[in-house]
Amino acid sequence: MTITKVTSHISPNEQLIFERSQSGRIGYRLPPLDVDEVELNIPAEFRRDDDLEGMPEVSEVDVIRHFVRMSTWNYSIDIGMYPLGSCTMKYNSRLNERVARIAGFANLHPLTDEQDAQGALEVIYDLQQYLAEITGLPGVSLQPAAGAHGEMTGIMIIRAFLDARDGAAASHRRTMLIPDSAHGTNPASAHLSGFSVKTIRSTAEGLTDLDHLRELCAHGEVAGLMLTNPNTLGLFERNIKQICDIVHEAGGLVYMDGANMNALVGVARPGDMGVDVIHLNLHKTFSTPHGGGGPGCGPCCCTKELEPFLPVPRIVKASDSSYGLDFDQPKSIGRVKAFFGNYGMMLRALSYTLTHGNDGLREATEAAVLNARYVAAGLMETYDKPFAGSPMHEVVFTDKKQSRKGVHTLDIAKRLIDYGFHPMTIYFPLIVQGAMLIEPTESVGRQELDQFVEAMKSIASEAVEDPELVLNAPHNTRIGRLDEATAARKPVLRWKP
Amino acid sequence: MLEAIGLGSAKELFDSIPQELRLQRPLNTPAALSEIELLNRFEQMGARNAGARRISFLGGGAYSHYVPTIVDHILTRSEFFTAYTPYQPEISQGTLQTIFEFQTLVCQLTGMEVANASMYDGSTALAEAVLMAERVTKRSKVVASTAGHPQYLEVVRTYVQHAGIHLELVDFDEKTGQSSHALAEAIDDATAALVVQSPNFFGCVEDLAALADAAHAKGALLVVAITEAMSLGLLRSPGACGADIVVAEGQSFGVPLSFGGPYVGLFATREKYARQIPGRLVGEAFDKQGRRGFVLTLATREQHIRREKATSNICTNEGLIALAATVYLETMGRRGIQEVAQQCAQKAAYTARAISKLSGYSLPFSGPYFNEFVVRAPGNAVELLARLGKEKGIDGGIALSRLMPDRPNDFLVCVTETNSREQIDALVNGLATV
Repeated sequence: MTITKVTSHISPNEQLIFERSQSGRIGYRLPPLDVDEVELNIPAEFRRDDDLEGMPEVSEVDVIRHFVRMSTWNYSIDIGMYPLGSCTMKYNSRLNERVARIAGFANLHPLTDEQDAQGALEVIYDLQQYLAEITGLPGVSLQPAAGAHGEMTGIMIIRAFLDARDGAAASHRRTMLIPDSAHGTNPASAHLSGFSVKTIRSTAEGLTDLDHLRELCAHGEVAGLMLTNPNTLGLFERNIKQICDIVHEAGGLVYMDGANMNALVGVARPGDMGVDVIHLNLHKTFSTPHGGGGPGCGPCCCTKELEPFLPVPRIVKASDSSYGLDFDQPKSIGRVKAFFGNYGMMLRALSYTLTHGNDGLREATEAAVLNARYVAAGLMETYDKPFAGSPMHEVVFTDKKQSRKGVHTLDIAKRLIDYGFHPMTIYFPLIVQGAMLIEPTESVGRQELDQFVEAMKSIASEAVEDPELVLNAPHNTRIGRLDEATAARKPVLRWKP
Repeated sequence: MLEAIGLGSAKELFDSIPQELRLQRPLNTPAALSEIELLNRFEQMGARNAGARRISFLGGGAYSHYVPTIVDHILTRSEFFTAYTPYQPEISQGTLQTIFEFQTLVCQLTGMEVANASMYDGSTALAEAVLMAERVTKRSKVVASTAGHPQYLEVVRTYVQHAGIHLELVDFDEKTGQSSHALAEAIDDATAALVVQSPNFFGCVEDLAALADAAHAKGALLVVAITEAMSLGLLRSPGACGADIVVAEGQSFGVPLSFGGPYVGLFATREKYARQIPGRLVGEAFDKQGRRGFVLTLATREQHIRREKATSNICTNEGLIALAATVYLETMGRRGIQEVAQQCAQKAAYTARAISKLSGYSLPFSGPYFNEFVVRAPGNAVELLARLGKEKGIDGGIALSRLMPDRPNDFLVCVTETNSREQIDALVNGLATV
C-alpha cells in the first residue's frame, strides 16, 4: 500500500539539555551592576548554598538548536489536520498573536491603576459583551483560566445561588446530574463544589434519556444538570428545552459545558434554550492557540439572575464611558484566579471575533459542521457509526468492524500517524466501546478531508489484509509505541545527574 | 460539498436543532474588520494604557524582568504553539521532552523531588496545594499567614469554601513584616497544612526552616508559596528548608506582564506524594527498541479516568508558558539566574536605603527582603503615587490600601535588574519632590 502523506517527518536527535550542559557556558549577557554593592540584610542561613548545581550551562545557539530540533518531533495544526474530537483544533491566526504582543498590552502590569489601563479594560468589557450576545447569556466573567476552571466557577455559582435562594434547605440539594457521555472534568468540577454526582443514561439514539432524567429529578435533591450540547457524541440534544424545563421544575439549574460551541456560534444560543450558565473555551471556539496544553481561557456566561454570583472583580462601564473594577458584589463566589484571568487569550479571542465579523462567525460554524458531516458520509460504509443521527461539528465511529481482525481503535489511531495525520480523540466518550471521535473543524479544505477519508479507508483495508502492519504502527516516527505501563509503575519524572 | 452529503443548503446542516431554538437574525456583533483596521483599533486601545509606557516599580505578584529575545522566537514556532496536549507521544516528543525538562528545572530551583507539568498560575496552584494537603493528611484545618498575597488568599478561600476545609488566618508581625509567633501556635493536631509565602507579600523573607519544624511537630505539612520566583536564584530553596509542597508563580521566568496572564503555576512536592499531585505529569518511557521517549504518566490520578474521585479537575494547564519558562531558565542557566537574583537584591537594597533617607519616609518592616519592600509615605500613598505617575511618568509602587484598606500611607516598591540606577534615582527624587 503506497501512502500519500501530507507531510514527512524529519527527526534529528537531541539529548536532554542537562546532558548537553558544559561548565562555564553562558547564553545571556546582563549589564554590569550599576549601584554600589552592599552587604544584603539577608542572613546566610536564608541563602542558597548549592550554587544551583545541575542547572544547565549552555550557549544561546545551544538553546536554539535544542528547541528547534525538539520542535520537529511535534505534530501541529500548522502541519495538517488535527481532528481531535472535542478539542476544536482550528487555525490560530498570526494576526491574533501580533495583537497580543502590542506593547500597550504586553507591558501592562495587572495592578496598574484603573485609569492608566483603560484600553485593557475596554478589551475585557467588549469581549464580555460579544460573548453575552453569542451565548444569549448576559452575565460574563472572563476570569477562569481554562474550561475546567470555568466549569468549577459555573458550578460554584449554582451552589451559591441555591444557598441564597433556599437558605438552610439548600443543604438537601446537593446532587449534580451528569450524563454518562460527559467529559471527566464535569464530575471532578462538581465534586470540588461539594456536590455528589448521579449519572444519567443516554438513549440508544445517543441523547439524554428523558425518562431517567425525570426519575432522578423526582427525588427533590437535584441541584442541577451539567450538559454538553451538542453532546460528546456530536449530536444536538434536540429536547434541550424540555430537559431544562424538567430540571427547573425540580428546582435545579442547568449548566452547559460549552466545549462544543463551535457547532453553535451564530446559529443557536444556549440562553435561548433555557440554559442558566455556561463556560466557553476560548482556546477552542475562539481560536486561541492550544500551546501544547494551555494556556486556555474559560469564560463563564450566565443569566441576569445568576450575575451577582460571578467572580470579582467585575469589569464595568460607567455612565461617562470609563471602565472600572467593581469589587462590591456581596453575593459573589469570590475570586477564582489572581488578577483578571488569562488576559492575553482575551486579546486573541477579541481579535478573532472582530476579524470574522458576525457573518464570518456563523460561516465558520457552518463550515465546521459541513466538514464533520462530509467525513461522516465518507466513512459510513467503512466504519461502524453507532448513532444514526446527523452529527454536528464532530462525529463518532467505532472499531467494531476492524476489531474482528484484532485491530482496535488505538491501532487505527497509531496507523493514521503514518499517513501524516494527527489521530482523532480515542476511547472517548467512555460509553462508546472503541470510540473514535473526529472533529475536523472549519480549518480544513475538501482536498485534505478527502485525503483523511482515504487514509481511514486504507487503514480499514490494511486491517483485513495485513493486520500486523496496523498493529505495529506507527512505522515512520522517531520512536515507536512507548511502554506506558512500566513508566507508570516506576515513574521517572525528572532528570538526575 | 453540500451536494456530496445530499443537502441543498447550509441551513439544512442544522436540521437537528428545533426551528424555534435557532437564531433568526444575524449576531449583534460588529462586521468583519480587515487586518489594517483591526491593528489600528488595538493599537489605539493599547495607547490608552498609560501604565505600559512608564518607568515601573510595580511587583506584588507580577514582575518586570529582562526576557532574552530567543524566548518568544521559540514560542512562536508552529510546532509548539499550535500543538495540543501530547496525547500521542510518537508525534509529541518535542512538547513532552520540554515538559520533562521543565519538571526537572522546577525541582532544582525549589529543592523538591517531583514537579508537575504546570498549573494555571501561582494563585490556583496554591489552592490546589491546600486541597492536596487535606488529601494527604486527612485533616481539615489550614493555617495561613496574612502576609500572603491577598489575592492568593482570596482564591484559596474560594476553592476551599465547599471542600470542608477551615482556613484560619493569623496576623503577621507588624514589626518585622514576617509571620508572627502566633502562626506556629495556631497549628494543632487537626491542621493539614501551614501555608506561608516567602518572600511574602511585603517582600520579607520568612524563616522557612523554623516554620517547617513547627508544622512537622504537629504532623502538618508546610506549603510554601512564592510569587517572585526569581528569589530562588538567591534564597535557600524551600525544599532545603523542609517544605512539603512548594508552589510558585513562574511569570518572572520569561513571561510578559500582559495585564495579569497567561502566567504559569509551578507545583512541586516530595516523591512520596507523587500520586496525590494534581495536574499532568510527564515521565520517561522506552519503546520496544529501547529508545528513550517521554509520556504523560500516572494518569489514574486524573479527571478523565477518575472523574469525581480525581485529585483535581484540571485538564488544560499552561503548556506554552511552561515552554517559555523552560527556554528562559535554560538560556539564563545556572549562572544567569543567580546573577539576575543578585542584581535584583542589590538594586532593591540601594533603593530602600535611598528612600529611607528621605524626610518623612520610612521602612516600617525590619525583616530581610529580596527585591520588594514596603515604604511608609508621609501622606496618602494613593494620591502620592498618582502624582508621581502624572508628573514624573513613574509608577512608583502599589498602594497597599488598594488591597489592605487599613494601610493608607504604605506602598510596595519592587526593583528588578531592568531598573537602571538612573530610573531608581528618578524615583527617589520624584518621591522627594511630588
